[in-house]
Amino acid sequence: MKSAIDFNQKVLVVDDFSTMRMIIHNMLKKIGFSNICEAENGAAALSLLRSDQIGLVLADWHMPVMTGLELLQRIRREPAVKDIPVLMVTAEEQTENILRAIKAGADNFIVKPFTTATIRDKIAQIFRKRR
Amino acid sequence: MNVEFVNPFLSATLRVLKTMASVEASPGKPFLKKGGGAHGDVSGIIGITGPVNGSMSLSFSRNCIIKIMAGMLGEKMEKEAEITKDIKDAVGELTNMISGDARNELGQQGFQFQIALPTVITGLNHEIRHKCNAPTIAIPFDTDAGPFVVEVSFEN
Repeated sequence: MKSAIDFNQKVLVVDDFSTMRMIIHNMLKKIGFSNICEAENGAAALSLLRSDQIGLVLADWHMPVMTGLELLQRIRREPAVKDIPVLMVTAEEQTENILRAIKAGADNFIVKPFTTATIRDKIAQIFRKRR
Repeated sequence: MNVEFVNPFLSATLRVLKTMASVEASPGKPFLKKGGGAHGDVSGIIGITGPVNGSMSLSFSRNCIIKIMAGMLGEKMEKEAEITKDIKDAVGELTNMISGDARNELGQQGFQFQIALPTVITGLNHEIRHKCNAPTIAIPFDTDAGPFVVEVSFEN
């Protein structure tokens, strides 16, 4: 069956922990993405979003300086990048956080710990909804 | 301390290590920790607030965390002589994930907690300072790569 995911898109992984960035990077490679970049904070992520053609953002919720939610809000306010899909990554499954993220324009939500299959399903849901 | 708060940390540890690192850990018998000395070479601690305040810590031997990291990253790791930035980073992320997963389980039981950002401590005979003065429950775990210890401390 043909995947809903467009693997030609460049994916940006934003997490302050390099281990988590590497884990997600490896998972994305396993599911078929080859064009992956990383940022360790929200400011670096915004800079990459402005300079590169990013097709999907995976942003951690808990980050110092600029949280994942603040990054999401900044993305949605910036005309040039506001339509880029964002998958929020979090260690805490709090309903109020999920609601805040959805209200702020998150496309989907994934709770740690997660497997490669889960991340693939979450990304496929985003691509299906965005068609 | 409410012992109901301890089990979610035990199950979260098993779940996170299995899902993210393909590492099977076996829990040993919990014990009351005396003193502040860490059991391992590198430790992560995180504050937890809610109906009662407390903290959770993880303490790994160097070999154990290197094996867990290899499982997390899906690649072979060099046996580092020192605790590198990447090792500290992995311990911080594991502390974050395990406390977050335990928090989710506690939430399902009706206890709503918040977690802070983790801190990683290393060094010979380093100490783990929990956020409250209540007794600390330590749970030893064994893995193929060696032991590690999870500690949980909550106000009465």
